[in-house]
Amino acid sequence: MAETDNLVEMRGIVKRFPGVLANDQVDFELRRGEIHALLGENGAGKSTLMSVLAGLYKPEAGTIVVRGEPVSFNSPRDAIALGLGMIHQHFTLIDSHTVTENILLGLDDPRFLMRLSRYDKRMAEMGERFGLQITPQAKIWQLSVGEQQRVEILKMLYRGVQVLIMDEPTSVLAPQEIEELFKTLRSMVDQGKSIVFISHKLHEAMSIADRISVLRHGKVTAAGIKPEATSKAELANLMVGRKVLFEVEKKPRQPGDVVLELHGVSADNDKGRPALLNIELELRSGEILGLAGVAGNGQTELGEVITGLRRCTSGKILVNGKDVANRSARIPIEYGVAHIPEDRTHVGTAPNLSITDNVIMKGYRDPPLARGISLDRNAAREKAERLKDEYTILAPSVETPVRLLSGGNLQRVILARELSGKPTLLIAMQPTRGLDVGAIEGVQRLLLEQREAGAAILLVSEELEEIFMLSDRIAVIYEGEIVGDGVEPNAERVGLLMTGGERSRKSERAAR
Amino acid sequence: MSSESAKSGSPGRLNLPFELQVEPRLNIPAWLGPLVSVVAIVLALLLGAFVLALVGGDPIRAYAHIAGAAFGSLGVFSDTLVKATPLILTGLACSVAFRMKLWNIGAEGQFFMGALGASIVVLAGIVPENAPRVATITAMLVAGVIFGAAWGFVPGWLKARLRVNEIITTLMLNYIAIALVNYFIFGVWSEGGFQMTRTFQKAAWLPRLSDLAEQFPILRGLTTHFGLVFAAIAAVIVWYILYRSLWGYEIRLIGDNARAAEYAGINITRNTVLVMMFSGALAGLGGMSEIAGVVHRLQGSISPGYGFTGIIIAWLAKLNPLVVVPVSVLFGGLILAGREIQPAGVPRLIQGIILFMLIASEVSLRYRLRFVRRR
Repeated sequence: MAETDNLVEMRGIVKRFPGVLANDQVDFELRRGEIHALLGENGAGKSTLMSVLAGLYKPEAGTIVVRGEPVSFNSPRDAIALGLGMIHQHFTLIDSHTVTENILLGLDDPRFLMRLSRYDKRMAEMGERFGLQITPQAKIWQLSVGEQQRVEILKMLYRGVQVLIMDEPTSVLAPQEIEELFKTLRSMVDQGKSIVFISHKLHEAMSIADRISVLRHGKVTAAGIKPEATSKAELANLMVGRKVLFEVEKKPRQPGDVVLELHGVSADNDKGRPALLNIELELRSGEILGLAGVAGNGQTELGEVITGLRRCTSGKILVNGKDVANRSARIPIEYGVAHIPEDRTHVGTAPNLSITDNVIMKGYRDPPLARGISLDRNAAREKAERLKDEYTILAPSVETPVRLLSGGNLQRVILARELSGKPTLLIAMQPTRGLDVGAIEGVQRLLLEQREAGAAILLVSEELEEIFMLSDRIAVIYEGEIVGDGVEPNAERVGLLMTGGERSRKSERAAR
Repeated sequence: MSSESAKSGSPGRLNLPFELQVEPRLNIPAWLGPLVSVVAIVLALLLGAFVLALVGGDPIRAYAHIAGAAFGSLGVFSDTLVKATPLILTGLACSVAFRMKLWNIGAEGQFFMGALGASIVVLAGIVPENAPRVATITAMLVAGVIFGAAWGFVPGWLKARLRVNEIITTLMLNYIAIALVNYFIFGVWSEGGFQMTRTFQKAAWLPRLSDLAEQFPILRGLTTHFGLVFAAIAAVIVWYILYRSLWGYEIRLIGDNARAAEYAGINITRNTVLVMMFSGALAGLGGMSEIAGVVHRLQGSISPGYGFTGIIIAWLAKLNPLVVVPVSVLFGGLILAGREIQPAGVPRLIQGIILFMLIASEVSLRYRLRFVRRR
């Protein structure tokens, strides 16, 4: 193809952050009317590169050429003026405002009198044109995450954006919603828009992109290759820099005794609304129960109820036959329940404390760490040193505050703490979310090791592939109810249950 | 904004060949903290000198005078230590609470309550007037600690059980404590209509350095009292608790991330009450030490705001109990010098500038400035 087909050209982009070279002489080209996937691990520099293109960051070096003319941006406004808009992972919507109000926010028109109804109509028309179903009068808080994403897209389209940059758009969506998003993206491309699709998920890039570029450690390892001309294994290799096995080895294992029983457990969420309804669940030693579900359907609350962090309104939770419901969080810890929390920074770790202080969080009450009323600093340090080696936590020393660690290393700190206590029951909430391909493999291997050692594991994940690969049994949660238990590992079937498609057939215990 | 201005760079900015970049520091070396503090103090003194010169004063003479008035001789240094004693204890009280992110603004009230508790022991005849000194002092100490702790318990319990904001309750309880003390000195124990109680019997006085003047003449007239020893021991105990004990680990964990502490099975409700009581007890000890060591009676003006200065001291010491001691001595000196040259208000000014500089210097600890050549 001719050079003039490039709508955007980035040449030799260098962007430095303290201690990291986020983009090192990166070239990137975007053609008119294509979906260009930008692949890479977390921290590879994908978002940084695109933030430079969207006017959010100023590069230290390099040029950006749009439609053949060199440009320089001082703010995202400049970029939007040239038709480049970015949708970030975290939405920038105002909850209490309507869809239309959010789209109009920050624009010069309407100037004084709102006359929203006229704009409502315009929004609805625009939504229809691109296959983005919305209710313009709805308030943002009433919308699902998928719908909110549509509002973000419309916001950009309304501003006349020709190039839409989407940062990990599928990370918050259910399988069916992803399908719909892909359809929308296709229709937008048909209408002449160009799209940059940032992702670390290989299969998504393979299925949606016209061309794929790969970044690793801030450098381009592949530029504009066609999906048909490559393979998942090759892309993974380009992303990680080494061969990645897509199957972790799982030995057959007969489940042992029942470790966890939930009988008729109900609980409310933080807003006081029912989040769990009459949950019945059983989990045996040496068994991994994969709980699939779209985020926000009660998984978080389930994990918290079992680990004593949330009160249940009714029901019984038995760990090895002993009731732990509505007792302090300390009781499950004493019974050998380990918990890999969903929120690593706000729940799982204390950011300003050292690695040492973080790895002793669960065991500091017992010898050798505790000596009378004192904490044995040497014993704590030794333990931290040992775990740092064993779990390959990369940090200057065990005294480093954990806020300075990368996501993967932070997760390793949590895993080291939780798994070193030889748990009888492990509640693993989204243990691989946001991690690199390489790190994911490591976490999955550790989970299987625990299964080998006889732990009962409740695995909550939004990645169906992961659930299918690791689980001995699969259950699905939807709106606080277990809508399937012992479901066969079939993406379509599980996806349907996850979106409430088959609520009536509540349990498939018989199928087990 | 048009595409024109987007291409030509920002029009409003100066186009210097260099750009100043602010970057967060990834590693803070151990020597940087003290160095930054010292530089901040030096800068503050220079700034203060500039202001003094501006109003026609002689900065060098003023500084020499302040230094002389606070640290110039054994006598004045001893007085400085007297001033530092209550500051150490209130500073420790605040450090403990702030470590857990409990904003105890009530050290002042707890200080008054400690003084009241110690006075009750003496004036209500709980220990007989002819009781030995050790027994009297011990009883006063226990009473002061208990009263201070009780004054910390109230907001702690309200916070833990009913989620009442402790900033409001501790602040309000200050006024109640002062009013309560006033009730006793105006009414119950008023000495001949004056707003103060009778002077305590000698057995209720903390020993002073000057008590040893017969053996060591050099100690003659030195007012430093045994409260300083209490304060120093308290500093070591608080340090040990915070950095070496299981309880201190829990306090630090809750302070850094309460949700993580909950997840680790730590009882936050109980710790909230306990830490507020501990904080109140330290401030109460301060009140006891002040009336037993300095005033020797209960009266209205026992504190020129020690409880509030304790907040500042705790922050300047970065909540480190051992650093609280030298910071308190510095502040004690400034308070004393303030008395010396009161009308000028210079020590106040300098105190303010030092405080401002130290707090501002925090930024340079967390961030570093870099000059970058423009492309």
